[in-house]
Amino acid sequence: MVIAKTVDGEIGIMPKHAPVLGVLVEGGVLRVKRDGEDDLVAAVHGGFISVANDDVSILAEAAELGSEVDIARAKDALQRAQASIEADQEDADARLEAKRAAARLRAAGEEV
Amino acid sequence: MGAQLRLLRRRIKSVKSTAKITRAQELIASSRIVKAQQRMQAAVPYEREITRAVSGVVSNTASVDHPLTVAKEQPATAGVLIITSDSGFCGGYNANVLREAEALRGLLEERGIRAVPFVTGRKGVTWHTFRSREMGGRWEGFSRRPSYADAKEIAGTLIESFKENDGIDEIHVVYTEFVSMLTQQVIVKRILPLEVEEAEVADEAIPPYFEFEPTAPEVLNSLLPRYVESRIFNALLQSAASEEASRRRAMKSATDNANELIGVFTRQMNQARQAEITQEISEIVGGANALADAAAGKE
Repeated sequence: MVIAKTVDGEIGIMPKHAPVLGVLVEGGVLRVKRDGEDDLVAAVHGGFISVANDDVSILAEAAELGSEVDIARAKDALQRAQASIEADQEDADARLEAKRAAARLRAAGEEV
Repeated sequence: MGAQLRLLRRRIKSVKSTAKITRAQELIASSRIVKAQQRMQAAVPYEREITRAVSGVVSNTASVDHPLTVAKEQPATAGVLIITSDSGFCGGYNANVLREAEALRGLLEERGIRAVPFVTGRKGVTWHTFRSREMGGRWEGFSRRPSYADAKEIAGTLIESFKENDGIDEIHVVYTEFVSMLTQQVIVKRILPLEVEEAEVADEAIPPYFEFEPTAPEVLNSLLPRYVESRIFNALLQSAASEEASRRRAMKSATDNANELIGVFTRQMNQARQAEITQEISEIVGGANALADAAAGKE
């Protein structure tokens, strides 16, 4: 089963799902549940999910596998982004950055 | 005679050093083609998926009324994205692209459309500034190694101008397609208003009926700019590979010519040296004979 987060909310795709084309949120976590194996988790920033003919494809502008996330760096990025949000509430770039960093941490299995 | 020998020796030396430079350029270009091809290959899956998604949406919603897909009835201006190289030494590469761009400009003007060039690559920018043509946008410094961010920036500028009311109504792109190591072809294509390339998905079954999250227009809103970006990225990558391929070819023929020239000069030099020796011998023999005659006269 594939679980992704679209702008409408979480979506879970099981085999034989009807064709769907969805827009993914910025800083979402994608989870692929596999039989007899650990879940495949990735941080996905923006992009699309398309389901057709029992084929799920995720088109992301940027993505990172949870196992490849550099946790220390992601934490650092999150702190920096939060600091600049506190300094300037309207800072859209920092908000985006914070979302992305949080998604990377969640994908790596950290609590945020 | 000695003067001619010296001159030829000097020329051979200079041609040899030229050949060394062009040979090095040729080798550099060859190794870069492989890298450029790999980058092209790496971009294929994303492009295939996004093309499939876009054609899926467009075929599902027959009456897509999206600013990026609807052609204006009376287009007044067209943006032409011209992709050239930053550095020279690549044969007719830039000349070919610019010639096609001029032809397109002529065609558009026949239809009463003003063409606004958007140029990437230093050579194209210089070409346009030299002729004091006004450019809608110019980018330099990445022709050999374009990144997705570059494509995104270009696409952003074009789409921005496309959405403006008195901006451009059509976007064309002129780039060089990398067919093979030996063949590169200049391609002129319209990217906006969108003509989704059906050919690439034609062999598959009829596209399934999609559901959209949240709605079809919103999916299109975020999908279409990505599609344009990926088309431009593809054009940039193809052009980068073509640039290196034409550079390799140009440098190879330069090296061959230099080597041929060295052969010609070497033969001329041998001839000159032989002529010099022959003359010296005949001078010595002549002098010896004269001395012998003088000695014979005295006795």
